[in-house]
Parts: sequence; structure tokens; C-alpha cells
Amino acid sequence: MRRYVIIGSGAAGIAASEAIRNHDASGEILLITDDPHGYYSRPGLAYYLTGEIDERMLFPFSEQDFRRLNLRRITAQVARIHPEAHRIEMHTGAQLPYDRLLIATGAAAVRADVPGSDLAGVVKLDSLEDTRHILNLIRRARSAVVVGGGITALELVEGMRARNLRTHYFLRGDRYWSNVLDAAESKIVEHRLQEEGVQIHYNTELAEILGKNGRVAGVRTKDGRLIECQIVAIAIGVQPRKQLAQTSDLKVDKGILVDQYMRTSHEDIFAAGDVAQVYDPLSGKSVVDSLWGPARDQGSAAGLNMAGITTPYSRLAPFNVTRLAHLTTTIIGTVNKGRDDDLLGIARGDSETWRNLPDAIAAQANFDVNSLRLLLGKQHLLGAVVMGDQTLSRPLTRIVIERVDITPIREQILQPGAPLGDLVADFWSQLHKS
Amino acid sequence: MNIRGLFRAEQTRRKALVQGYVVPDTSRCVQCGICSYNCPINIDVRRHAWLGEPVRDSHCLTCGECVARCPRGVLRFESTNLFQTQN
Repeated sequence: MRRYVIIGSGAAGIAASEAIRNHDASGEILLITDDPHGYYSRPGLAYYLTGEIDERMLFPFSEQDFRRLNLRRITAQVARIHPEAHRIEMHTGAQLPYDRLLIATGAAAVRADVPGSDLAGVVKLDSLEDTRHILNLIRRARSAVVVGGGITALELVEGMRARNLRTHYFLRGDRYWSNVLDAAESKIVEHRLQEEGVQIHYNTELAEILGKNGRVAGVRTKDGRLIECQIVAIAIGVQPRKQLAQTSDLKVDKGILVDQYMRTSHEDIFAAGDVAQVYDPLSGKSVVDSLWGPARDQGSAAGLNMAGITTPYSRLAPFNVTRLAHLTTTIIGTVNKGRDDDLLGIARGDSETWRNLPDAIAAQANFDVNSLRLLLGKQHLLGAVVMGDQTLSRPLTRIVIERVDITPIREQILQPGAPLGDLVADFWSQLHKS
Repeated sequence: MNIRGLFRAEQTRRKALVQGYVVPDTSRCVQCGICSYNCPINIDVRRHAWLGEPVRDSHCLTCGECVARCPRGVLRFESTNLFQTQN
């Protein structure tokens, strides 16, 4: 009987458990997590914060679902892996054997490096425990400052506003998420935030968090402004939690390096999800994503390979559907380049690939809050950003991911004022007729 | 043909109210639970999205709450069309 150990109970760990159990009815599966709440929807935390769902909804699996998988679950911290001995060592010193091991420890929020970061009231949105903590603080707070970029920063901003806090959002530059969105898209998001009552401070950097009796009382900006607040929320990116692999001499770079079978530099140890750095056949590079879909797919592939079913993981053009200032937004493929000073590295709900745009031509159509941007290569659509009306997001996702030859409409798309939406829609329907 | 003509979203929605079911696109779902939370008759729509299965529950009212509230466009109505042979 094979003994599988999975470290991490996020989407990747759960998907791996399912894949293993589907092919190995008798193997022993042990799921170890250091999160006392086990498996829950991390993206769902944003909606718990706004009050759109209550806490019990965060847990996708019932006890019955877990029983069906016949898993043993424990809450514990793994201190070290001994690859040659096929054992893991817990923080308590106890050792457990494994035949196949999966590291699916995810990513953790990067801490801000400013004076006052240790004050009570400085928060991040990384876990259920964090969210509970924020909700507790909100009860006694009047105003909040949010610092950072990407999706998580906006989730914090929207959460604070939904709970009626005066909300200040600091941007280091002159616009939001500058290396994924373009100027028009950033403007749409910022405008909507302002309409909701969020005060955006452009070109503003946090210098110091000020405290009173150990609690946040305000912030000082680098240009000397003082803003009163009781909460400072930081979302400046996440780091893959690769320490366990590092101390166990597995090959790491930005994340834990894996081959196309999700295998690390040690034959019987696999990695998947936000912690894994995966080979991308499109760019020829190894990349990290922090996306639910790929985490689940990687977990499934890892699980199958652990169970002896050789299955390569093919990384596709990454995409995410998210809500930016209450506007559903789909980001597909590669859409921009450069750096965003509000983020260090990658954020949650983010992909490195989005910022790998080679020379490409952009075509854009805006109508009110709806916006569509297409990034065109010579024959293919390299990426797309669909904001607001999502009618085209499904066809565009397929066109980008399946690398559909768009030569028949390329010239028309590039005409000034071209009806992009109609062109794509017609192209898509023709494609499906033939 | 324009987008409206092609997708006929509203028409499909109304049709689905009487003869449709809710179909998930698993690749978009992050299991947040908003769909299940808003189902008036407590169907676990999220579970269907995880498994990639249409909501064929005969109790489903096709009220559209889950479709409308999903923040990531995971769910859509699809017509069952009872008068066509299904494979």
C-alpha cells in the first residue's frame, strides 16, 4: 500500500488528493496543513470581507466529501523533508514516512518594510484568520489606508468601503496596476472606486505607520502628509512558500522548480500550485502563477503522476476572471509589460505571463464602462482584457488558449474605430459553423 | 450580424427560465460559494461547478440568482430543448 503525503490544503492539495484517490483506492493519503481552517476558498475571502457571503460558505467540501476521499487530515507544521529517507519531520520532532510527497504550500503575503509594520491594526488578506481579524478591527475603526496593487489591494479597498470605512488607497505611481491594465482600463477602475467614495492618493508612498498604545493611529507619507486611520492594509504581493524545499535541498528559483510531470529535483517529491515554478512551453521559461485554475490542474497532474499514471501538465495561456471595482474583468494571455511599483513580484490572482508581452499591436474599444483590448501577434491573438460586458470573454479565452489563426480578421481589427466586438463575435460564429 | 444577434443573451435567459438548466465553466470557478449561498432552495451549485456538471436538479427553479451573482461569469443557462433528440 502506497503512502501519499500532501503538504498544503489549498486547491492544488485537494485536487491532488482527488486524482490520487481516483486511481488508487487503497493507498493511504495524509493531508497536512498549517492552516487551522483546512481547505477553504481563498478567493472567497474577498466576498466574506464585503459581506456577500458568510463564513460557512467558504468551505467547499463537506465532511462527507472528505470521507469519500478517505483522507487523513492533520493540522501541523512540517519542519523538514528527508528526501533520501523518504520521511518528513514535523515541528514537534516526530517523523512520518512517505512514498510520494506533494508540496502544495501556496504563497504568503509579502510584509511591508516600513516602520510601524508590527503595530496592531496592520493587516493582510492572506487567510481566513486574517479576514476574521480584519472584520474584528473594522467594528471599531473609522478609516483605513490600503497600500499595494493587483487584485488583493482592490479586494481590501472594496471590503473596507463595503463596511463603511473611510478608505484611502495609496498608489505609488499615477495609475492602478500599470503593468497589466492599460491607461484607459486603469482609469475606469479608479473612476469607479472614486464614485464609491474611495479616496485615491496618487504618487503616494507610505513612509511610516504611526501608533498609539501599540495600535495603528495613522500613517505618514513620504511627502510628509499625515492621515488618520485605525487600519493599514498591505497587499504588495505574495512569495511562494518554498522554504521547506530550500532547506531540504530541492532545486528552487522563484518557486520550487518542477518538470512537466510536476516532479521536483527529487524523484518522489512533487510540487504544485502557487509554490511551483512551472515550465511554460510558449515562452520557454519557467514561471510562477498565483491562480486557482492552474493550481487545481497542476494538483491533478501531480496526483496522477504520484499514483503512477504518467500525465504531463501542459501549461496553457493563463487567464483569470475577477472583479475590479465591481466590474467583471477577464485577463487572458499576455497583455502588458514592465513593472508595477505597487507590487513586489507576483500577487494573488496574478500570472507572470500577463506581463511578458512581446512586440504586439493593441486594438481597443471602449463603451462606457465596457472595455475590450486585444493584443495581436502576427497570426494569433496573444492576449485580451475584457472589462464589463463579458459576452466575448469565453470566445476570446478559447481563441487565445487554442492559438486560433486570426489572419482572416487581423487587418479589419487594426482599422481605426473597428467594431472589435462584432468582428470577434462574427469570427467566432464562422469558426464554429465550419 | 452583431453581438446581440449572435448571442441573444437575454432571449436565451428568458427561454432558459422555462426550459433550461444552469451550466458551469469550471475553469473560471474559484469555489467562493456565492452561487450556493444565493440559491433559494439550497442547491449546492458550487459543487456542480467543481465537478463540471450542469445543475440537473429537478428542483432548480432556474431563477437565475446564481448566474447573475457569480462574480466570475462561471454559470450560464443552456437550453434543454425537450423537442430535440439528445445524445
